[in-house]
Amino acid sequence: MTMIGEENKNEKKNFDTELFCDAVPKEVPRINGIIQKFYDWAQANSLWILAFGTGCGSIEMRPLYTARYDISRFGMAPRPTPRQSNLFIISGYASVKTLKRIVRSYEQMQNPKFVMGLGSCTVNGGMYWDSYNTINRLDHYIPVDTYVAGCMPRPEALIAGFEDLKKRIKEGRAEGANEYAKNFEWYKANQKKVIKDWDMPDYNW
Amino acid sequence: MEEMIERIKLKFNAKDINRQKATLVFFSVEKKDLEACVLYMKEFEGYSNLTMISATDWIETGTFGLTYHLHNYKNRTDVGIKTYIDRKNPSMVSINTLWAGARVFERELKEMFGIDFPGCPRVDDPFALEGWDNLPPMRKDFDTVKYSEETYFPRPGRSTKDNVTQMEEKLYAVEAEVKKGIAKTVRKNK
Repeated sequence: MTMIGEENKNEKKNFDTELFCDAVPKEVPRINGIIQKFYDWAQANSLWILAFGTGCGSIEMRPLYTARYDISRFGMAPRPTPRQSNLFIISGYASVKTLKRIVRSYEQMQNPKFVMGLGSCTVNGGMYWDSYNTINRLDHYIPVDTYVAGCMPRPEALIAGFEDLKKRIKEGRAEGANEYAKNFEWYKANQKKVIKDWDMPDYNW
Repeated sequence: MEEMIERIKLKFNAKDINRQKATLVFFSVEKKDLEACVLYMKEFEGYSNLTMISATDWIETGTFGLTYHLHNYKNRTDVGIKTYIDRKNPSMVSINTLWAGARVFERELKEMFGIDFPGCPRVDDPFALEGWDNLPPMRKDFDTVKYSEETYFPRPGRSTKDNVTQMEEKLYAVEAEVKKGIAKTVRKNK
């Protein structure tokens, strides 16, 4: 015989496990030949940006989306949720509190997914290199496909960065998601080193 | 302003009176008098706005200096009321009942300096430092460069060029070289 309260407890537990997937991400092997080339070409021309802003770079991304620089000329657009986007722009310094949200959002994105580090802060910490609360190298926590250096880069530099990313995707060198799956334990150890109150599932999407 | 300073001297034994401008004065009171002093300034002298509460870490004397900045909208004057509390057991009376905005400053002081404000709602919730397990980072004895180098994987090959050294190398090349050499030998001997 079960009490009503216990039943509810069990239900809640199931609800939690149903929503999260603990399975480790898997590598998606590349197919050799013309089909992969077609995939790469298609992926390069279908970049959807996750509208997520950290630091001062998010100010530079607003004119990019709107009339002045109008990113929809290139067939790109911001999306409100990580599940609908495949390009993650880390726009400037990332504090530890933000890094937690970054990891969570990155893991919720579907393959193929690409990451762009915007600004000097994502390269080596920038002017916040000695801060107690901002990370120095983004590529130790999530794989980064391309960087746009500067403090802060103008929207023109970002557009040049998109062209660079497209080139990399067409050449088949933007394999960040596979890199993440391959070195999953290293990335997780680095993330857990700075995020002290780890209260997330190990992998969630 | 002069009359107000005289009244404060009489009532709360204010010391270290520092008239920085015609419209700005700093003075310090005892820790036990602070709440009464702030209340008096708010209710009777017209300083109705709490601009901010700031803290300074006086590690040499073993105290934290707290400054309560108040503003008077009627005659456009500011006062800064200072008080000093013990650094080993930092605790201060909360003034969140006088200004609800004081909660924000008190929470931040708890997070960044470790100064406790008993009775302030949600004072233990951090703003930015989730799961912080070290010294409060704004204290003078917290070495932020060392912490950053140990924790955040510094990228090797970082160099800085500040204006002074750059202009020295440009204008006085020989002297800059000699200076660099001396610094190098001194460092080696250490």
